[in-house]
Amino acid sequence: MSEIVAAALAAACGRHFGAAVGIENLRRESGGASRQTWSFDAVAAGTRQELILRRDPPTVAGGEKASSTSLDRATEFGVLRAAFQGGVRAPEVLFELTAEDGLGDAFVMRRIGGTAIARKLLRDAPYAQARTRIASQLGEIAARIHSVDIVRLPSLARREAADQIASLRATLDTLDQPQPVFELALGWLDRRKPAPATKPVLVHGDYRTGNYLADETGVTAILDWEGAHLGDPIEDLGWLCVKSWRFGAIDRPAGGFGSREQLWQAYERAGGGAVDPARAHWWEVFGTVRWGVICLTQAWRHLSGSVKSMELASIGRRAVETEVDLLQLLKA
Amino acid sequence: MSQDRPTAAELLAAIADFLREEATPVLDKADPRLAFQMRVAVNSLAILEREARLGPAADARETARLARLLGHDGTLADLNRELARQLREGTRDERDAALMEHLEATVADKIAIANPKWR
Repeated sequence: MSEIVAAALAAACGRHFGAAVGIENLRRESGGASRQTWSFDAVAAGTRQELILRRDPPTVAGGEKASSTSLDRATEFGVLRAAFQGGVRAPEVLFELTAEDGLGDAFVMRRIGGTAIARKLLRDAPYAQARTRIASQLGEIAARIHSVDIVRLPSLARREAADQIASLRATLDTLDQPQPVFELALGWLDRRKPAPATKPVLVHGDYRTGNYLADETGVTAILDWEGAHLGDPIEDLGWLCVKSWRFGAIDRPAGGFGSREQLWQAYERAGGGAVDPARAHWWEVFGTVRWGVICLTQAWRHLSGSVKSMELASIGRRAVETEVDLLQLLKA
Repeated sequence: MSQDRPTAAELLAAIADFLREEATPVLDKADPRLAFQMRVAVNSLAILEREARLGPAADARETARLARLLGHDGTLADLNRELARQLREGTRDERDAALMEHLEATVADKIAIANPKWR
């Protein structure tokens, strides 16, 4: 497999850089069969470029399709380009591959240093300084994401609070197990849902610890843009504060690194709009249900037979963590 | 017919201990990705051990509470389906104290099996 990928990358990078390119250190970073990330170096005339390939291989018959709400690679490329040009700390995308390259829906972007592993960022010594900065940095970067000129974006779905409640209910209906706590929380959310944003903005859609890179200085790049859509900016701030994304640092709601107020103040200082605490709480409750339902659907990918994975199966038993959190949140 | 000892919980605990203490250290050196998967497996076995020990009584308590709350008997699955429907339709909500007491107790029993360290 990797020989085919290397040959295709050599040809595509050769076209882009206008010189013969050698591909070195190619390796699979993550992803299942359908959504892949590869890391590699492109060496041309003695210059080494550290790069990333994001690809969806051509669909295999019977293979699992990406979820209906995640962006295809071409749209992800367009969102990343607009975000980068808008000054968001995100990887710089370079070029898309063509159908003739034979790698499926794919693009190449620059590789950025840092780790996304929450456990390291939260506990390891080299990140002590970074830990004091990350909450504020995430507030600043969110403000930048939400100010990206939407005219420069590819066509994105608009997803407001009401759409998202309906979507979670529809998902629950496809799983054959009744979920009283999630139904309770969705009812609570439905009766209090915020009015649609007056001006919809670019929402990252999966803005949380684990989905950005950071080094000793703090956040270096926001990753995982497949959930990008237009909607309410506070959605990103609420999702970041969901207890599951604190990875055990439960007294620091902003992704495990700071208080909600620290996050909101940095967001407002960086030009994000004023954060209404009730609206932020609503999106945090929503995010908690959303993660719970995702846990169930991850297990369902295994149970339905579309992928065989003990790891996915075991995630189903994490859904109850969000039920505990929801009963606490609804009392607040 | 009841099985001989070990009970399901005892056997699951023995398997989990073996995999954690003997197999995982070897895998850590040989194949970190497999070692990670092994930790997931060991964690799941620990859940099953707690479920074997605590599950039947928790299910019985939940069924009894649901029957009281809904005013009639039924299977656990049917009663939960009825409750979920009422919550979807909005005929019950978080202002119902008996409902909230039931959900608190149910979730406490569930997390005691799935992840007792969660807080």
